[in-house]
Amino acid sequence: MSHANYGIAKHRFDTLVIGAGGGGLRAALQLAQAEATVAVVSKVFPTRSHTVAAQGGMNAALANVSPDNWHWHMYDTVKGSDYLGDQDAIEYMCRAASRLVIELEHMGVPFSRLDNGKIYQRPFGGQSQNFGGAQAARTCAAADRTGHAILHSLYQQNIRAKTHFFDEFFAVDLLLDDEGYVLGALVLEIETGEPLIIEAKTTLLATGGVGQLFRTNTNAAINTGDGMGMALRAGIPVQDMEFFQFHPTGIAGKGMLMSEGARGEGGYLINKDGERFMERYAPQAKDLASRDVVSRAIATEVREGRGCGEKGDYVLLKLDHLDPEVIMKRLPGIRDMAMTFAHVDPIDKPIPVFPTAHYTMGGIPTDRFGQVVVPVNQGAAEPVPGLYAVGECACVSVHGANRLGGNSLLDIVVFGRAAGNKITEYLGESRYHRPMGRQYVDKALGHLARWDKRGKGESVGALRDALQRTMEHYCGVFRIENVLAEGLAKVLEIEKRLEDVRLQDHSKIFNTARIEALELENLVSLAVATVTSALARQESRGAHTRIDYPDRDDERWLKHTLFYREGRRLDYKPVTTKPLTVDSFPPKPRVY
Amino acid sequence: MATFEQNPEASDAQRARLAWQCRRGMKELDLLLQSFLDALFDGLSQNERRAFDLLLRYPDPVLLEYLMGRMVPVDREMADVVLKIRRNG
Repeated sequence: MSHANYGIAKHRFDTLVIGAGGGGLRAALQLAQAEATVAVVSKVFPTRSHTVAAQGGMNAALANVSPDNWHWHMYDTVKGSDYLGDQDAIEYMCRAASRLVIELEHMGVPFSRLDNGKIYQRPFGGQSQNFGGAQAARTCAAADRTGHAILHSLYQQNIRAKTHFFDEFFAVDLLLDDEGYVLGALVLEIETGEPLIIEAKTTLLATGGVGQLFRTNTNAAINTGDGMGMALRAGIPVQDMEFFQFHPTGIAGKGMLMSEGARGEGGYLINKDGERFMERYAPQAKDLASRDVVSRAIATEVREGRGCGEKGDYVLLKLDHLDPEVIMKRLPGIRDMAMTFAHVDPIDKPIPVFPTAHYTMGGIPTDRFGQVVVPVNQGAAEPVPGLYAVGECACVSVHGANRLGGNSLLDIVVFGRAAGNKITEYLGESRYHRPMGRQYVDKALGHLARWDKRGKGESVGALRDALQRTMEHYCGVFRIENVLAEGLAKVLEIEKRLEDVRLQDHSKIFNTARIEALELENLVSLAVATVTSALARQESRGAHTRIDYPDRDDERWLKHTLFYREGRRLDYKPVTTKPLTVDSFPPKPRVY
Repeated sequence: MATFEQNPEASDAQRARLAWQCRRGMKELDLLLQSFLDALFDGLSQNERRAFDLLLRYPDPVLLEYLMGRMVPVDREMADVVLKIRRNG
């Protein structure tokens, strides 16, 4: 450690990894094993990253339970993405999957097993054999704790490989030089409130998604899109932010997931008149219609005044007509959640529910090596030197307009490893750190100092609440031109109000208020990106449903959105429809 | 290991530190732990505060089992704190 620069402590590493979920830790491990010096900065203790909440599992065509191969997995992923996924990256991911599951097992992940000793695989929605045929069973799981098991194994492997951890440090801003090279980041030690420079030849963003954009969401409070916010402030665009995956039934006002299992066992949805309204929206499938259909139906009921409760802002999931035995035996987890968070025992009373924001398909644009790539002068995309991104904060794009269950854990492991390899290559060619000019640091320090302003002003909590409600109301599952336009105006007003926010607590030690202010800045910039991108895209594709443009429009919109903070500029880039070795899957209607 | 002072300043610092430890990887834990801290922390005895601090060191999936009532901590003091968190939820 040195104090050569302006009284701020400085550390030097080959690579700085920001975020300690599965993506960041997989990359860090690859690098540490290649004998690079690696720093991992995480705002919470690493094993408290949101990867821990991933229960479902990880897709790989091992063919242990049903016939399977990576090409079928690739087809499902392309189709699931509503053809917005980049097929080179999807092929790469699906081909790597089986080997990387086995590699994880060797690192200590206790995957559930079949009687014959092979890794157990469960069937999930959107998985097929033979390009759209019979159901496949492709998801490998470690009981219902797959994310936790992967995160713990990767953390332990990193400790062994001597990765350097900065636990409870918050990354404020990327540091860039005049030629656009990324030189590391300014970070804040949460315990002491002291800033710190981490200088690195390469920086990897792995900060996860931005579920906190919406009032009702399934995400941990930490998911505030910090890496995407940092990228935007550094002049880097975010891609496809209009694509946000919602689950139809989260506990109203809280967001916790009430899985499809509840409706699969015979539960159904009712409005304030007690009407089973899904019969009107999907006469055949009713309550088991696809997620986007059910989500929109609920939002429509609420919007048209048929919602339940004092504010009429939710509908009810009814299970009380089922045999209590069925609820206790087959839905014990759902009952625990409902009793704890909705204070309702579903055996006696229906559960208040509303669509809940779950997964960010968009993010920082990268190629399949994890390099952050940006179009230069209307030309092809070129890497931002020294900058990489993986996982939910990145947009490779393997999920396109809609992510399949079991593909997110796969994404972080595959591209974490790939980014680690690419960075190792770059480090081999880059022997020295580039000079760190004072002006680069000053800009980030100025940003931080903004929160030292005193006086009266709005509170962080109140503005965050306003932002989340605005996003839910104007840019949730129900999107239409005039509502989005109104939403954009409201979000821009909130962006303006952000200038008047003041902290009342200026203490140094564990000042959570200051961190929340920095997080709010990230949220606001991503809200502007999301609404702007959603307003511009005049079609319905995957998770982005426009009531006024109900069909997919490949002629005009088979392209990725890029949003730049400066001037709120939008740009577009083509989808990579050419895979690496196989024939491309041309767009077809997405029917299940 | 943190100390548990009686004077209010040390108590503020302790509370600030624990507030950050309540930030977890799962939404369910965030809600239960943070609302408990906000509503009840000031009224806790020193022993209860210590038990809460120790509880926060458990991995997220174990915490979830405790707070959903599917598992009970062996330590009596900690089990009582878990019960308070559940009742406050």
